[in-house]
Amino acid sequence: MKSFDLVVIGGGPGGYVAAIRGAQLGMSVAVVEADELGGVCLNWGCIPTKALLKSAELIDKIKQADKYGITVNDYSFDLSKMVQRSRQVADNLNKGIGHLLKKNKVSVVYGTAKLLGAGNIAITPAHGGKSAEPKELQAKHIIIATGATPRAIPGLEPDGKFIWSARDAMTPKHMPKSLLVMGAGAIGMEFASFYNSLGVQVTVVEALNHVLPVEDEEISNFAAKAFTKRGIDIKLDTKVLKVEHHKGGLKVHLKSGSSPADAHQELEVECMISAVGVVGNTHSLGLENTAVELENSFIKVDQWQATHEANVYAIGDVAGAPCLAHKASHEGMICVEKINGLDHVHPLNKDLIPGCTYGSPQVASVGLTENKALAAGHTLKVGRFPLSASGMAIASGDTEGLIKTVFDADTGELLGAHLIGADVTELIQGFVVAKNMETTEQELMHTVFAHPSISEAMHESVLDAYGRAIHI
Amino acid sequence: MPIEIKMPAITPDFDAGNISSWDIAVGDKVAKGDVLVAIETDKAVIEVEAESAGILGQILIPAGTDDVPVHSLIGYLLIGNETIADLPSAAASGQATATPTAVDVNPQSTPSASLTSAPVTAPVTAPTQQLADKQPQRLFASPLARRIADQNQVDLQTLKGRGPRGRILRADVEHAMSSKVPHAALALPATSQSSQVKHSQIRKVIAQRLVESKQNIPHFYLSVDCEIDSLKGMLKELNANAPASINSITGNKEATYKLTINDFLVKAVAKAMEQVPQVNSSWSDTAMLHHEDIDISIAVSTDAGLITPIVCRADTKGLVSISTEIRQLAATARKGQLQAHQYQGGGFTISNLGMYGIDNFSAIINPPQACILAVGAGKQKPVVKDGELAVATLMNLTLSADHRVVDGAVGAQFLSVLKRFVESPAHLML
Repeated sequence: MKSFDLVVIGGGPGGYVAAIRGAQLGMSVAVVEADELGGVCLNWGCIPTKALLKSAELIDKIKQADKYGITVNDYSFDLSKMVQRSRQVADNLNKGIGHLLKKNKVSVVYGTAKLLGAGNIAITPAHGGKSAEPKELQAKHIIIATGATPRAIPGLEPDGKFIWSARDAMTPKHMPKSLLVMGAGAIGMEFASFYNSLGVQVTVVEALNHVLPVEDEEISNFAAKAFTKRGIDIKLDTKVLKVEHHKGGLKVHLKSGSSPADAHQELEVECMISAVGVVGNTHSLGLENTAVELENSFIKVDQWQATHEANVYAIGDVAGAPCLAHKASHEGMICVEKINGLDHVHPLNKDLIPGCTYGSPQVASVGLTENKALAAGHTLKVGRFPLSASGMAIASGDTEGLIKTVFDADTGELLGAHLIGADVTELIQGFVVAKNMETTEQELMHTVFAHPSISEAMHESVLDAYGRAIHI
Repeated sequence: MPIEIKMPAITPDFDAGNISSWDIAVGDKVAKGDVLVAIETDKAVIEVEAESAGILGQILIPAGTDDVPVHSLIGYLLIGNETIADLPSAAASGQATATPTAVDVNPQSTPSASLTSAPVTAPVTAPTQQLADKQPQRLFASPLARRIADQNQVDLQTLKGRGPRGRILRADVEHAMSSKVPHAALALPATSQSSQVKHSQIRKVIAQRLVESKQNIPHFYLSVDCEIDSLKGMLKELNANAPASINSITGNKEATYKLTINDFLVKAVAKAMEQVPQVNSSWSDTAMLHHEDIDISIAVSTDAGLITPIVCRADTKGLVSISTEIRQLAATARKGQLQAHQYQGGGFTISNLGMYGIDNFSAIINPPQACILAVGAGKQKPVVKDGELAVATLMNLTLSADHRVVDGAVGAQFLSVLKRFVESPAHLML
């Protein structure tokens, strides 16, 4: 039996980062991975979808080529090549993680792990795993980083043909004519945006009354308009009642509104994707052999990611929302640094975790929405700057967008920043750094923003919050 | 080569001072003896004079800068035909370079170069002497922490930051605010406006020393009323017979002295200390320090705060010289021009608030001294003498003593000796 200072179960963005950080701090570390290093994010989530969305973006640009003075007589696309590129990107990065772990002398064990208590872990070799893998590991510290799986809806089990899982949606064999996306969260809207750009008739059904429901209401409304303008049919406050197979496709029964009198609708689509949240991957981990407690399928942890079982920790999606790769990575670092007793380790402040939705347009945010800030009792100063007033955005031809900033009127604290528009997922980090440094409006106003750049709109938004915007 | 102007080491334990003002501007000519710059120490404002004529070439540290370390280069004086071009380039760019030949002249030794200060000597060195390595400490705090602290009157200097490298974060300020509830309750109502006056160095030191004293020294208090009718009579008689002299400025005829009760108290306390020498002692962690000289500190109120100039060896001085000395020291103190040796030391302090009509009060000990005497106003009061009601002028004396040094009986003995001197001044003759 092999012994390690740290065994990380799961090699996703939480697990491999925690493992490398542990190795940097001098621990002997093993990662147990049941499938592929890099986890869902790298292999079947964030990264491959971004590769696909880049193809979609290019299609959108080609459609507008004339606007830029370029004549494109005809264009076509090869879906299989797009998918191939997306897979290649994931493959490259997956190999990269392997190299990083090797470089940091982290052992990788392919298999599924089961906690036996007292730091003992039983390994069942993964399908296709090397037979030489150890059967049992002993660990001083165990970090569970097993991630999450899309929530399964009874009657909507993916069949790979009509009802797609996210994996199916990332590796389409053919172009459907029409697609229903159930759930208007980040994952749903990214698929909706991708297939819409490819020319598929996309309908999005959302039970709540906003797309991207966690975003600021104003940004959410802006997004709904933008997606609708691109041809996506968005049905808010609508539930899927029943799905039937029908004429080589699906007949979906929908119900809008909450009163019984509300209209039932029927919709015929070729296929559908369910993107209605995730559940923690805790099954077969042997948690029954430990004091680890669950809450709604997620593992309960304290501010340092410790579970109710001594020396067992959980990070990332399996430790609860927000289910974001960068949150998992950061929790991994905090957890390992705390285990090693480093100075100045801080619990993760969830108000400082940015959230990004890709597609066209992009949405990015950090901190409190205007409504949440009001509900928390803040007196607000809110700034808005439309990208239609930004010189750089006009020059680029991407004028659809808004930068919104929310400040506490008393202290000048930047409570939240909410962005929509092209490439705003890169802009948001300016506000995240500012917020993490506890800047006030003064420092942001005194910051010089390069001209011409879209980021100038960030400055103007801050100025606008205090009635000082120059260009509107 | 241009002469370096440096932050002088005013006393051995003085390590940083505030540049109160530059008395001349860059490019101005100065004559020997002109005041170049005023330095505010914890007790006084010291003026640094130029010993040689020249032109102020450069000011490196502007007026209003606090906590400038001793020996820091603060400016350059050009002499002879020197121009700005002769300034060291490193200095011109605000940096300093160290050279192995740099020599720091001890301010107590005879200055070998041409800059001195009055009343202290500014250290003068070869022009490329390094800047003192101790720079004023920069306070690291997030902008939000600074603003919240400012809005809630939280002194960031008193906080310990829990951010990276001790950076003060919003949470640290909010923590300080929540643990400061009693203070908040005492604060002015939110509707009233309070204005902020930045602490002077003197105010900071007074605050620090008083807190230290009251927290660390086990004070106890002894109080006694003294009849001072005989004393007043004696002073009246002495003053009435004071020889007159012509004031050279006003041309008026003036008495050469006017003795006060306070002058007499200095003498009486000194004599009482002679008889009860335990009072003239200090506590230290390892030993009791018994002082030989009897030096009496007099509390003087100035605009900047309290300062305690010293009448040295008061036991050996006559009333007239004590009186003259106190008058001069108080005047110098009020101008902020006391020299360090005039206020540092002393074995006993007298604080007199009688002129404000205060009946009695308890003073805070001025460490490392062991005792302070609080003197009230002399007032006519009914007294019972031999079973008869009579009128006498009574003055309260309250002694605050450090119980680690002076036990109750010793303090009482001292106060009774003092009372005898005050009530029957003739005893001083014995």
